[in-house]
Amino acid sequence: MSNRTNSLPGPDNITRVELENGITVLVYENYAAQSVVMTGTFVAGSIFEDPAKSGLAAMTAASLMRGTHTRDFDTIHAGLENIGANLSVSGGVNRSSFYGKSLAEDLSTLADSLNDVLRNPAFPVEQVERLRGEILTSLQIRQQDTRYRSSRAFRENLYPNTHPYHHSSQGTLESIPEVQIADMEAFHRRHYGPADMIVVIVGAVNAQAAINIVRERLGDWRNADQPSALPIPDLPPVEETRRVSIGIPGKAQSDIVMGVLGPSRKADDFRAASLANSVLGQFGMMGRIGAEVREKLGLAYHASSRIDGGHGPGPWSVNAGVNPANVQLATDRIVDEIRRITAEPVSAEELADNQAYFTGHLPLQLENNDGIAGSLLNMETYDLGLDYLVNYGGEINKLTRDDLLQATRRYWNPDAFVLAVAGPDNVS
Amino acid sequence: MNDVTRHVLDNGLVVLLKEVHNAPIISWWVLYRIGSRNERSGQTGISHWVEHMMFKGTDQFPAGYLDKAIDREGGNWNAQTSMDYTAYHETLPADRIDLALRAEADRMMNARFDAEEVESERTVIISERQGAENSPLFWLGEEVQGAAFRVHGYHHEIIGDMTDLKTMTRDDLYNHYQRHYMPNNAIAVAIGDFDSATMLARINELYGSIPAGEKPNLFSRPEPEQMGERRVRVERPGNASFLDFSYRAPAVTHEDWFKLMMLDSVLSGPGGPGGGNVGNKTSRLYQALVKTELAASIHGGLSATIDPYLYSFNVTVRSGRTLEEVEAVLEAQIERVREEGITAEELAKAKKQARAAFAYGTESVNSQAYWLARAENFDSYTWFTNYVARLEAVTVEDVQDVARRYLRPQARTVGWFVPTNGKQ
Repeated sequence: MSNRTNSLPGPDNITRVELENGITVLVYENYAAQSVVMTGTFVAGSIFEDPAKSGLAAMTAASLMRGTHTRDFDTIHAGLENIGANLSVSGGVNRSSFYGKSLAEDLSTLADSLNDVLRNPAFPVEQVERLRGEILTSLQIRQQDTRYRSSRAFRENLYPNTHPYHHSSQGTLESIPEVQIADMEAFHRRHYGPADMIVVIVGAVNAQAAINIVRERLGDWRNADQPSALPIPDLPPVEETRRVSIGIPGKAQSDIVMGVLGPSRKADDFRAASLANSVLGQFGMMGRIGAEVREKLGLAYHASSRIDGGHGPGPWSVNAGVNPANVQLATDRIVDEIRRITAEPVSAEELADNQAYFTGHLPLQLENNDGIAGSLLNMETYDLGLDYLVNYGGEINKLTRDDLLQATRRYWNPDAFVLAVAGPDNVS
Repeated sequence: MNDVTRHVLDNGLVVLLKEVHNAPIISWWVLYRIGSRNERSGQTGISHWVEHMMFKGTDQFPAGYLDKAIDREGGNWNAQTSMDYTAYHETLPADRIDLALRAEADRMMNARFDAEEVESERTVIISERQGAENSPLFWLGEEVQGAAFRVHGYHHEIIGDMTDLKTMTRDDLYNHYQRHYMPNNAIAVAIGDFDSATMLARINELYGSIPAGEKPNLFSRPEPEQMGERRVRVERPGNASFLDFSYRAPAVTHEDWFKLMMLDSVLSGPGGPGGGNVGNKTSRLYQALVKTELAASIHGGLSATIDPYLYSFNVTVRSGRTLEEVEAVLEAQIERVREEGITAEELAKAKKQARAAFAYGTESVNSQAYWLARAENFDSYTWFTNYVARLEAVTVEDVQDVARRYLRPQARTVGWFVPTNGKQ
């Protein structure tokens, strides 16, 4: 209907500033909506924690919103909820993150809250214990969740226990009781700081005004002891297939996760692998796997593949939920598809289809503030460059069938992968 | 939000158009006025299954063709079956939207329902239900709905009862399709980067020639008045307890519905369009249940439904606490608001939250189209365009009045999920 094309976020319209203390601020003005999104990450992930206290980074992050030296729990949340805003801080493996949203007119209030919780947390005993109980209840519920249990078992078997990706950044029923307030205070003192922090703001705000809002609040933050980000250790590929099965009473369906070590987001062949993954388990109705397992055999409601990417070798996995009696059949068919995609190049049609999908999808992805902010954060986190979106189509369209085949072969071996199944306990 | 135009084609198809030129995309929805509320015993889940079959091909677009074609054009598509409607939608780059217009026009009349595809989809849908059954909350919700509605179609889950999923036939499905899929039982909505005159002309070209059918006589049986509290108890393996407190609520077209939305914002946090974007930690029930360490979480809300449905509170009991303790405090809070009402400050906060949430909830053309189609189905699209204004008109007296009339113990269904931890 329209031939008009909006200009993509790029070097001409993204304002990027590095503050003296190491914070990088990116702002994109978007007056199409009344809101503003402020999101970002900082170097305080679970990679720094002792596995016996797994969940320390995440619990520290969650505790920030529970009280500061100047505001108690109710004051923090009333300040946000009274204006229809929200703010959350969460732990991750490499980096922890924050996400806030408000009406554009309230950006200063949102930034005030962020600055306060990041820099002045009080870790009040009563609040921390309350939070601990909520986390433990949530973890107990997850013990009954087949998707969670299969996913955890998959990661624990894919990564050795010396690797940060082996552990859940959210902690376990055993580790969360071990996390003391003193641990959180020490973690915060050491790891929270401005070095290498990223702040992205997208919305109906003037870019310079938004940068000033950040600079006025976070610009004087210093932490001389803050360690740099740690690299994620590399691992050799899986050498033989490892299978693990978890029985949970009363379940009607089995969840399957199978996979291998995949590319990091910065890997040279990340784009080729992503395109191959789309052919395998995304494009159309969940790619070749969906066509076989769901459409042809009717074995599953969901059956798809994904690449996590991230800073290290995140998993490249296939996920499916099937009737417990069909686990073997579904797994066999999925392995057949892995074998096929590692044996022969995808067709020219499949390559063209998926290239068109990747490049054509950008306008939808960048429709609103959340989508744009997510893309900008990704670009800065992985050093993709401000011209990443502008050049994206060209980079995708350069890829060849052989590029996809090589990427698939580099990561997948149809005879060596990790398979985790969680389902009812009365099915062999 | 007020620049929506409404058109009715000669065959009865209602068309809503709104130009939004912020991004070069268009969202296209076609909603049919048929949902699980209209399903008879023995055919529960049929609307949802028909929705699945709409993706299994026509002569023009064979099964799987559009999945790929829409991805290839950089778009996405999906569908949803609700209690009150079945809807199909595509969002595409603006210069590619014609594919969506043609696809929906085609499958309004020409879906194939091949017998083999029906059987293959039977197991997919059973698998979908089994996936849901893995969650304790699915079992609790199903039991509460069944207890709250003895007569009305809201008594069964949208996905349907397992026995019906095993026994329905291809002819059952095809008859359901033929009786309900027609232009005069549908609402079409386009929002995005287009010129309205050009868009309307193209819609007329593609849909205008589809013949109107005999307007379906929708199966619907009103629920009699509830005459006392109903209780259900679900005992299954698990390790957490859940409470569902559900009161009879009015239809979305009733003026009381907006008053209850303001009450709910005070009790359990903002809901409605965009409501999930704002937290609920200052709400009364979070303060009374989570802050006191009785519960791990509390959520509440009422649905925008054609017929009277439920206003529900769902609580996850904190490990080490009991359902009895949680229920007693929840009931006390409800009695308190019935007796004392809410303050002017609480209402002002609820209104500000609703304005912000509405702004967030309408940032994408897809969500705007979704709400306009839904509103036109249960009332008029103006329900949505006037949404914030109608909330603004609510007074503190209104809120106490609806709390007194609707949150009566005699009009509620209480559900307990009791984990057995392996014990019988």
